Amino acid sequence: MSTLVQPHPFDVETKPNYLNVDYGWKSWLFTTDHKRIALLYLFSITAFFFVGGGFAVAMRVNLLFPDGLFDHDTYNKMFTMHGVIMVFFFLVPSIPATLGNFLIPIMVGSRDLAFPRINLLSWYIYIVAGIFTLGAVVRGGVDTGWTFYAPFSTTYSNTHVILAATGVFISGFSSILTGLNFIVTIHKMRCPGMTWSRLPLFVWSHYATSLIQVLGTPVIAITLVLLGLERVLHAGIFDPNLGGDPILFQHLFWFYSHPAVYIMILPGMAVISELVACFSRKAVFGYAFVAFSSLGIAVLSFVVWGHHLFVSGQSMYASMVFSFLSMAVAVPSAIKVFNWTATMFRGSISWDTPMLYAFGFIGLFTIGGLTGLFLATMAVDVHVTDTYFVIAHFHYVMVGGMVMAYMGGLHFWFPKITGRLYPETWAKFAALVIFVGFNLTFFPQFILGYLGMPRRYATYAVEFHTLNVMSTAGASILGLGYILPMIYFAWAWRKGPLSPQNPWKAKGLEWEQSPTPPPTFNFDHPPVVTEPAYNYAGDEEEVTHG
Amino acid sequence: MDGLSIFPESASTTAGQVDALYTFLLVVCIPMTALIFAAVFFFAIKYRRRSDLDRPKAIHGSLTLEITWSVIPFLIMLVMFAWGTKLYFQNYSPPHAGTLDIYVTGKQWMWKIQHPDGQREINELHVPVGRAVRLILASEDVIHSFFVPAFRLKHDVVPGSYQTYWFEATKPGRYHIFCAEYCGTNHSRMIGWVTVMEPAEYEKWLSGGSAGGSMAEQGEKLFQQYGCVSCHIVDTQGRCPSLRNVFGRPVVLDDGRTVMADEAYVRESILNPNAKIVKGYQRDIMPVFQGQINEEGLLQLIAYVKSLSAPVVPPPSPAVKTAQAKAPK
Repeated sequence: MSTLVQPHPFDVETKPNYLNVDYGWKSWLFTTDHKRIALLYLFSITAFFFVGGGFAVAMRVNLLFPDGLFDHDTYNKMFTMHGVIMVFFFLVPSIPATLGNFLIPIMVGSRDLAFPRINLLSWYIYIVAGIFTLGAVVRGGVDTGWTFYAPFSTTYSNTHVILAATGVFISGFSSILTGLNFIVTIHKMRCPGMTWSRLPLFVWSHYATSLIQVLGTPVIAITLVLLGLERVLHAGIFDPNLGGDPILFQHLFWFYSHPAVYIMILPGMAVISELVACFSRKAVFGYAFVAFSSLGIAVLSFVVWGHHLFVSGQSMYASMVFSFLSMAVAVPSAIKVFNWTATMFRGSISWDTPMLYAFGFIGLFTIGGLTGLFLATMAVDVHVTDTYFVIAHFHYVMVGGMVMAYMGGLHFWFPKITGRLYPETWAKFAALVIFVGFNLTFFPQFILGYLGMPRRYATYAVEFHTLNVMSTAGASILGLGYILPMIYFAWAWRKGPLSPQNPWKAKGLEWEQSPTPPPTFNFDHPPVVTEPAYNYAGDEEEVTHG
Repeated sequence: MDGLSIFPESASTTAGQVDALYTFLLVVCIPMTALIFAAVFFFAIKYRRRSDLDRPKAIHGSLTLEITWSVIPFLIMLVMFAWGTKLYFQNYSPPHAGTLDIYVTGKQWMWKIQHPDGQREINELHVPVGRAVRLILASEDVIHSFFVPAFRLKHDVVPGSYQTYWFEATKPGRYHIFCAEYCGTNHSRMIGWVTVMEPAEYEKWLSGGSAGGSMAEQGEKLFQQYGCVSCHIVDTQGRCPSLRNVFGRPVVLDDGRTVMADEAYVRESILNPNAKIVKGYQRDIMPVFQGQINEEGLLQLIAYVKSLSAPVVPPPSPAVKTAQAKAPK
């Protein structure tokens, strides 16, 4: 934990809080404080983010040239490790395990999660999983793609498939335990007055996420066990030469991995609801619709997996049903976007950095979501699936959406977490750099995809050169954009000006009733809630919703 | 190459239709995106915070608005769904008769192509313009995907099964074939060219000849080599069903089911004869050929079995009517 930056003992305010209560390494590695565990997660996923990002940069460098730069096996391992690390070790835990872990107990008015020791266990499981997967990297890597498609992964690849898959398998338990902890906490640990209809939308969205984590993750675990049985014992489940069916693997894999997309994006939506309300100083428009659309997404996410199989030989009638349901799942996402936009109407909108990220999220997520409709439209999907169009689409959702929200959330709650303020000008500049770099990286990939450039290509036809150069240029800018916050956050954590209790004048228990930074048990006095969420107008009477 | 175009070359009857649908999606989605962007920026500027004391009035929601912005997008999506589904069914349902059948085997990392007359190519596919071509796709190892951007069509090539890919080329020229499903080390080198030729030129190319006779003739050699001939053609003891006039016709099985004797059925019956037993015959008579014959050999055997049957003209089914109407005989 050498990257761990702590406030210096001499220069922090004297009031005891969760950070200055103890400085020993044991107080971190054996802590059961959800806030400290959130920080353990924060530092670990940041490390994984930069490892995964390093692979992305290497890929973009390779793609500067139509004939590539590295040999094919190296490139294939790079995109595989990029995918595995970013999906399972960054995106899935990202917001829930850091911001969710830190904030949910405070937001519901509790002194910790329902199971503090299980919370710590889930971090250890995550680290063990990460060691397995990084072990696979160090020992030479994996080349199956993060999707592990059979029979390539079971029979043909001679890389460290089992080691990497074991890492992913183990990480699932961490995800399940976090989800379980959140569900129980949200049900049982709410303070007096914190009714379901007063819950911050951040909590609602994490509730929906947790349901998917608990219900979906076991399926990927089963799938990976079957993959291992096939690879080691030739069980004959997926390999047609042994009597298996390779398409079965895809059904099982996507039965988890499509809902997993929503494990990744719902927490992003959770953050955006908080940001839009606070920086518009207004209650979220259509609170109930935003809350229930999260649950709608969670339910529908389990019945759309077949849209990954439109060109696989799946029955055309099955494809038709999946196409329809995939269109349907777009509706609750659209509802959220419209409601956030409507929240800004007649608000008092400040252009602080977190809100800049929220603007970015709304715009980029809209593009990511709408291009999802292109992929749900079967005749178009046949042409663009497995091309860069798909890559661009899910990076607009995952990076343009989820990572923007994560960055916005980190800035918004930075004072809460550290007790200090970050430098606003630098932060605004970094947000702009990230926005520009992101679009320059991924927008050309939509065009590349429709022109027909397949994904996972180490080398490509010369007519795709110009757009690839643009994309690599964008990736360089984006990479710098992500390094900037690392630098000013590290600086601000030590030297930034001390933050007042509620620097944004935000509503919510974490700002109004919990000291900044919070003490170990979050509140000085038992919290009581007497008004609806986001009561920025200060209405005395509780307004009944829709 | 026009570096600015957002559309690749168009060279199939379906390419224009897919582009039209794509254009429709763009025409709907770009204004939608612009609307959201415009609203966010308009609000962000018009309602920017002027004083830290601002306390705007709460607006809790509007059922009318919620219904409007749920239902209208949903109706538009239904149009996308209906249009996309109709075109998908058309593009994935080959005409039942009159197609030129060509056999494609994907193998790490090349495309091996066999024409019925016996010509063989690697990473090259020659086809005539203006004729419905049906590719029967097989894989020797892992999953591949046969993708020709100029046709706007791709289909996975799945080991253990036959997949079909049909198109009608409209413009002579050379177009990329890409493998679109990641298949290992040289995935990005598993590329080739479709050469679309004028019919006369194509005939000339075909008459260039082949070394080992037509696919059916090569299949017949295998048929003798593996000893199939002793039972399936000249058998007098009734141990095996005769293969004359079987292909393309329904077969009644011993469990009462009726299946169509298509390429997949013949393939399965060679590799794993006990999977489907014809009514009136016994299992475990025929040896299992799983792992004995490669995919190309199987396709030759199938071509031979096909040649033993008179062509069948099925009644046109509604799903393929449009496709058939366009496929000249």
